[in-house]
Amino acid sequence: MAKSKDQPKLELIKAEELAQQQREISVAAFFEKNRHLLGFDSPVKALATAVKEMVDNSLDAAEEMKVLPNIIVQIKEAGENRYIVSVEDNGPGIVKEQIPRVFAKLLYGSKFYRWQMQRGQQGLGVSASILYGQLTTGKPARITSRISPKKPTHYYELHIDIAKNEPEIVVDKEIEWIKDHGTKVEIELEGKYQKGRLSVDEYLKQTAIANPHLNLVYINPLKEKVEFKRVTNELPKEPKEIKPHPYGIELGILIRMMRNTESRNLRSFLTNGFSRVSNAVADEIINKAGLKPDLKPKEISTQDADKIFKAIQQTKIMSPPTDCLSQIGEELLLKGLKKEINAEFYAAVSRSPEVYRGIPFSIEVAVAYGGNNFPPDELIKIIRFANKVPLIYQQSACAITRSVINTDWKNYGLQQSKGALPTGPTLIAVHIASVWVPFTSESKEAIAHYDEIIKEIKLALQECGRKLLGYIRKNVRAKEAKERVSLFEKYIPELANSLSKLSGKKKELIVTLLNKMLKKGLPELMAQANGENQDGKTKE
Amino acid sequence: MVKQKSKSSQKLEELGSKIVSDIEKSKNPVIKFPLRNLSNIVFDKKTKTLKLGDKIGSRSFFNVAHSKKFLQTVEVASILKKELLESGKHEHLRGVFYMTKRTIPGTNVNIVDEQIESDDIIEDLEVITGLSREQLHVSANKMGSMVGNIVLKDSGDTIDCSRLGRGGYSIPSITDELEFKKINAKYILYMEKAAIFERLNEDKFWQKNNCILVTSQGQTTRGIRRLLQRLSEEKDLPIYVLVDNDPWGWYIYSVIRYGSIALAHASERLTIPGVKFLGVSCDDIIKYDLKKHLIKFNEQDIKRLKQISEYEWFRDNKEWQRQFEMMKKNNAKVEIQALSARGISFISEKYLPEKIKNKDFLE
Repeated sequence: MAKSKDQPKLELIKAEELAQQQREISVAAFFEKNRHLLGFDSPVKALATAVKEMVDNSLDAAEEMKVLPNIIVQIKEAGENRYIVSVEDNGPGIVKEQIPRVFAKLLYGSKFYRWQMQRGQQGLGVSASILYGQLTTGKPARITSRISPKKPTHYYELHIDIAKNEPEIVVDKEIEWIKDHGTKVEIELEGKYQKGRLSVDEYLKQTAIANPHLNLVYINPLKEKVEFKRVTNELPKEPKEIKPHPYGIELGILIRMMRNTESRNLRSFLTNGFSRVSNAVADEIINKAGLKPDLKPKEISTQDADKIFKAIQQTKIMSPPTDCLSQIGEELLLKGLKKEINAEFYAAVSRSPEVYRGIPFSIEVAVAYGGNNFPPDELIKIIRFANKVPLIYQQSACAITRSVINTDWKNYGLQQSKGALPTGPTLIAVHIASVWVPFTSESKEAIAHYDEIIKEIKLALQECGRKLLGYIRKNVRAKEAKERVSLFEKYIPELANSLSKLSGKKKELIVTLLNKMLKKGLPELMAQANGENQDGKTKE
Repeated sequence: MVKQKSKSSQKLEELGSKIVSDIEKSKNPVIKFPLRNLSNIVFDKKTKTLKLGDKIGSRSFFNVAHSKKFLQTVEVASILKKELLESGKHEHLRGVFYMTKRTIPGTNVNIVDEQIESDDIIEDLEVITGLSREQLHVSANKMGSMVGNIVLKDSGDTIDCSRLGRGGYSIPSITDELEFKKINAKYILYMEKAAIFERLNEDKFWQKNNCILVTSQGQTTRGIRRLLQRLSEEKDLPIYVLVDNDPWGWYIYSVIRYGSIALAHASERLTIPGVKFLGVSCDDIIKYDLKKHLIKFNEQDIKRLKQISEYEWFRDNKEWQRQFEMMKKNNAKVEIQALSARGISFISEKYLPEKIKNKDFLE
């Protein structure tokens, strides 16, 4: 701002006025104005997003408790463009004291500071859905939760105090519940139910594909009941929590970690706070930063933090451990796909983990091909998963879609126009698992375009594509051979008839001989014709 | 004549027996014959005609790409043998098409869908058996007339072509069996346009100049080519060709003289090495003042001219190259009828007599 010596007073007054207006904006208030950032931009999407967030939470909870998830989702109509969404799980439940804050405070959660592969990441989803419901209907969210048969079941009705981002308890009581443990969340919200590609139905179907251990009962507003059945009793491998890798953090996070650490000196902060930082690596970083190893982390200045940050980038550090990822696995991915998608051929590929920006990730791809359920001449269908959660919206902005387009599918038996998805009776499922999936926005709808990730997806697609090509080739060949035989079968009586007229030999004899030849096998006959394959009359 | 018929019939039967013997040996039945595609058309410098080369193609039944054609070949052959040769009757290409066309039971496949397919097979059978279409008793539409001092015998009827009024003798599709009884003519004038033929006939040009006039509408049919060839060879009559001054007209001359790609296998029976191009040449345009009747070339004309000027048999012919060059420069064509602008009988009284007298020909 330009300084004006003539009007110092005026400036002062303005600044004071502004200062009066400047105050902390509550996350909840921010969200109230920016609901699209979290996926609540249209009534259709709002309904789908709410269901998605609630189901994701339930799945994570069941996984944490190591039980096979049983989830019941019900959407009831509650007036024009109004629905009550209810999701009930058999997870560990939530202790009484935590319930209000877990559900009615934004950005409160157990997940944000953990480097572990989980569905939710920020602790935003369910409370954002509750806030959205509150904003559109004024109704409180209803939470039922129990942690053990020995403990009572708690029932809460909660509002969010938007200005303070704090829970406001409307009802708090103990009730009877037949469940031993679990949580049920009910939210009334404004929305719109529809079928199709972007629907709740589709989202749940895809969830069932990526989570074959899940049993989910779904009752839609039309009171149609669908059960997505569990096809394996094998629990997914538990993802290990890992410490962050130095390459994967930003300066701000580094500073915050130093403020919060319990380590007493810089060296132990580095070795304890990060993965793959040995004493030797820590010393190298400290040396390069030109600092002393016994500095107290809490007292390190921002400038010095910057030096450490830069030193980290210049130091060679081993890639992070990758056993922290829980893939679906080729076998289970196939099972999940087979139970929900009807096709002639299936293939799946699980790639070993790779690293982007110090963050481990892994890619899995599955293909379903052929059968009557696909319109043959349309673009292929892509379904996308991040940490086993289906991504329904923003397909074209997603790195997965980009990777599919950039793969040359003509090499794998599909047709493809330049710069477009391939066409053919095909569904391609791509799953990215990571301790931190890089989304393009907080609504978690599309994967950001990191070169390392696109390259890895393409490799997985190609590997799957080769399997597909093998099938298409074999299949097409078999089909052609069958058609050929039937063609010849029809021609034989005609040929015999004419030949008989021409040569005077008996028609029946010729038919018998020709059919005998055909039975003996076409490949051999065709081989005879090889080498003299040019038809006598093919005008140019 | 009876002997000829049995020979044709026998040839077709041989084809059938050969195929059956393949089948009896459990061999994929195959028909082999010289390839008829462009890659196997050669210009024989000795005879100066287009001919088939020595590339052999084969057509086998148990081959998806061939089987339908194989079936068509045998089917058409059996029809020609049974329906035509054995009864001594002739049939048009169109008729053979209808005799062949039917749906194969249990499919929606027709043995032939269009006449071009059966026409093609008949040409194949000519190559396969070494017999001409005429010998196989297949005729095409007749499209030509003849007048002049010639008496011939056609299916037992004696015809005097000097007494046939304005229409003249309608040349049949098959001319192999015509007998030439009496000829009193110095040359034959063949023209592309029936309108000119009528003009000359009305003017009794053939009487005054002691010649025979022959015409067809557009391309010269096989029947007329065969007739002209026989008159040239058997009666030693010079043949003069009168066509439009454009690439299409000149190509008519080229076909009569050197043969065509489609009928390269029949060149021996159809081409006439001694034939002379009478007009209309590009020099005639100047000499007879036809410049004001030029019709501008379109793109196809230009393209066709270029193609023709590059034909092997024209390429080294300086006189023809000079003509092509002039035509290219004109970038326009002249029809024979333009001569009428100089007077209705200018063509019969001045143009033709002068050109023939001065031997103003191209070869």
